[in-house]
Amino acid sequence: MEGDIGNLGQYIGAGLACIGMGGAGIGVGHVAGNFLAGALRNPAAAKEQTATLFIGIAFAEALGIFSFLVALLLLFAV
Amino acid sequence: MTLAKAESAEGGFNIDPMHQFEIKNWVPIDLGFVDLSFTNSAFFAFLAVGLTCLFLWTAMSGSSLVPSRMQSMAEGLYEFVRNMVRDACGDAGLKYFPYIFTVFLFILACNLLGMIPYSFTVTSHFAVTVFLALSVFITVTVIGFMKHGTHFFALFWPMDAPAAMRPVLAIIEVISYFVRPVSHSIRLGANMMAGHAVLKVFGGFVAALGVFGIIPIAAIVGVTALELLVAVIQAYVFTILTCVYLNDALNMH
Repeated sequence: MEGDIGNLGQYIGAGLACIGMGGAGIGVGHVAGNFLAGALRNPAAAKEQTATLFIGIAFAEALGIFSFLVALLLLFAV
Repeated sequence: MTLAKAESAEGGFNIDPMHQFEIKNWVPIDLGFVDLSFTNSAFFAFLAVGLTCLFLWTAMSGSSLVPSRMQSMAEGLYEFVRNMVRDACGDAGLKYFPYIFTVFLFILACNLLGMIPYSFTVTSHFAVTVFLALSVFITVTVIGFMKHGTHFFALFWPMDAPAAMRPVLAIIEVISYFVRPVSHSIRLGANMMAGHAVLKVFGGFVAALGVFGIIPIAAIVGVTALELLVAVIQAYVFTILTCVYLNDALNMH
């Protein structure tokens, strides 16, 4: 590995940005876990709510995607 | 501008997991003002469209009341997306069903074609997904203004909130509206890119470990199955979010 102090900052920053994905992981797990808890209590109603489940997961995931985007920008665009 | 290259320390192998996303210029066509070269990305996009059309044509050519296996596959896809549109947007949304069905089939075909080894994943490039998401964004906004006129701005003005809170919420609503194409496109592109890069990184472990490479191979088999699931789910998520945005434009909220 070669490079100057600027590259070092880039890589450290990109790594730090990836911490945000952990938050997205918590959010997605929360959505899916609560869906499962609700679905096991009332399995008859669960089937119609799968679309809502995926929409919820997608919105929770969006914020993790922004941290991924910051990491990519730091690596390739700075 | 620096390019990150993955390097395995012990084996001395040079593995670049991003190499698979390289655009290769197959037939250079330069019109002077625009570069219209036929690339591997263009080839796989055309292949996805061609295979989708071929599948639907052959499946529906000898259509009968009692469907054959192929016909029931095509009808299953059609009904799946149609029900999705009806559930999310109501009967008013069925007018726009052909567009949503096209978007779904194109993304699904591109994602699944990318799972074939040595092929190219069209949807892993942000240029493609941003185009898809922006076309959805512009279409939905135009539909909203055509249907509601200037009343469409009420989408950003939550009437059921307390009066003092409304300007603050309006700013948040406007930001979240314009962030939609960003998250919509990057979700698809990042998921496809990250999954394929993970596969290649694990492939590098196989080369570096020698005999013990059997362990990462087992992991690759599992991750490949997961990636097939992700390929279908991301096409589904892109489509259902298109329906949600369309619903906002058609019925307001």
